[in-house]
Amino acid sequence: MSQRVDLAVLGSGPAGMAAAVAARRHGLSVALFDEQEGPGGQIYRGIESAEAGRTAILGPDYAAGRPLAAAFRASGATHHPRATVWRIGEDGLSWTSPDGGGEIEAGRVVVAGGAMERPFPVKGWTLPGVMTAGAAQILLKSAGRVADDAVFIGCGPLLALVATQYLKAGVRIRAILDTTQPRSGMAALGHLPAALAAPAALAKGIGMLARIAASQVKVFRRVEKVELLGEARLSAVRWRGPDGWHEIATERAFLHQGVIPNVNTTMAAGCRHVWDERQLSFRPETDDFGRTSLDWLLAAGDGAGIAGAKAAALSGALAGHAAAHDLGRLDAAGLETLARPLIRARRRELALRPFLDTLYRPAQAMRVPQDDDVVVCRCEEVLRGDVARAVAEGCPGPNQLKSFTRAGMGPCQGRLCGHTIVETIAALSGAEPEAVGYYRIRMPMKPVTVGDIVGPTILKEENHG
Amino acid sequence: MFRPLEKGPRRRVSVRVDGRSVEMEEDANLAAALLEAGFSPFRTTPVSGAPREPYCMMGVCFDCLAVVDDVPNRQTCLETVRAGMTVAMQEGAATVRDVEAAS
Ligand code: FES
Repeated sequence: MSQRVDLAVLGSGPAGMAAAVAARRHGLSVALFDEQEGPGGQIYRGIESAEAGRTAILGPDYAAGRPLAAAFRASGATHHPRATVWRIGEDGLSWTSPDGGGEIEAGRVVVAGGAMERPFPVKGWTLPGVMTAGAAQILLKSAGRVADDAVFIGCGPLLALVATQYLKAGVRIRAILDTTQPRSGMAALGHLPAALAAPAALAKGIGMLARIAASQVKVFRRVEKVELLGEARLSAVRWRGPDGWHEIATERAFLHQGVIPNVNTTMAAGCRHVWDERQLSFRPETDDFGRTSLDWLLAAGDGAGIAGAKAAALSGALAGHAAAHDLGRLDAAGLETLARPLIRARRRELALRPFLDTLYRPAQAMRVPQDDDVVVCRCEEVLRGDVARAVAEGCPGPNQLKSFTRAGMGPCQGRLCGHTIVETIAALSGAEPEAVGYYRIRMPMKPVTVGDIVGPTILKEENHG
Repeated sequence: MFRPLEKGPRRRVSVRVDGRSVEMEEDANLAAALLEAGFSPFRTTPVSGAPREPYCMMGVCFDCLAVVDDVPNRQTCLETVRAGMTVAMQEGAATVRDVEAAS
């Protein structure tokens, strides 16, 4: 039998939790779905279970997730953990989980899909032993697991953050290869005045860099090309810097070059997306409240544009209040009163973004592979050369590329390669990413078994019969 | 190799990994526990048979797929360790395509 709620929330990171809490304040019935065991999302992963020592290493920004998770637990929202939502639409959604699944109707849906790490398509990035810095941090957050003697490669605050956390925990780091573009510091300076509106965040960044500088870790700057070498697994990293090629033996490498919105669900829902040239990513087009081009759908948090955990919680609350208003449970004046301070606080958080986005803008060569033998779609092992051939034969975009190469048709359904494919086609064809467009995401959004799909239907028929 | 930062007070349970018995922390993230146990690779690709291990740890890449309790295509980064679980390497994964074709 199909259930019904006023609001369904997808994702239990800061945005999802805040949306649920806000909507509950107005008496909306709320069901929240998330793939993880406990609330927190990626940023606060393992927040309810992390030991004190681990929390100390992860720092106060991580601990800030605790009260939010507690508020969510106390809110009265129904939490569906370990849930895979595989269909979303105007009439609600379908999910599956180890404890069963089903269908649920919802008056409004807030997608708080969060961020994912930008793909780092370089030679050898599919080798065992290579993972993202975010993955390394998740292993630290949720499992307290660390690996000695890894090489950290890339750019962006998260790479520095994980390195700092490793140093704090006394874990050896073999080397850091910094791919930050040499001129981006100058370009970012223009955005510094605006960024000064958020001095705490700036000071934190400087503190991390100072900690790394004071350590014994070797840092190689201006890295312009990276290759990960090995047969069955990673054995070495090779790179080109200003003084030529270098090589270092290692069994583990952590890659990172910033995060992008995880747009899979909003794309599947079919709301309008825009290409954000500063963040080099697609994001759903939203108003201050997270309303999208579809009246039943709101998007909140990093999934609607990268802005960080604090901004995510604020945007989640805005979406929760807006959903209450749009469902006739909060009047316009009430929404206005609640929203004003939230919007103001969120704008303060956003003030830092142009500076950070410009400073850590990943180099074109690291986003769009130049060599034909680099894998662009990990699932189907499609190479850059395959894409180049397809474009030369007139393939205009990612959806047509599927029939040329199977790119985006593996189990991840284009989640990981989407932005690489868009930018590679754009670079090869000379078209703008916005014009190239993104994969059309079909249902089921995640590979599910026939039983998952048929199961609830049969159940429904049985109930009716 | 990934190692634990702290000795957790958690109960350890037995999991069968590719036929051998491995002690793991109950309720730990399965992919993390498998990495620590030296399970490698997690799967091989259907296209070239290349070995793969977890890349994203957050449900995006599907490189952590393995056969869990006889069910193929389980994202081990989204599973937790339970007593008596069985895990096996996933070869080729024609099954991934089967699922896709069936849906
Ligand atoms: S490691 Fe990427 S989906 Fe599990």
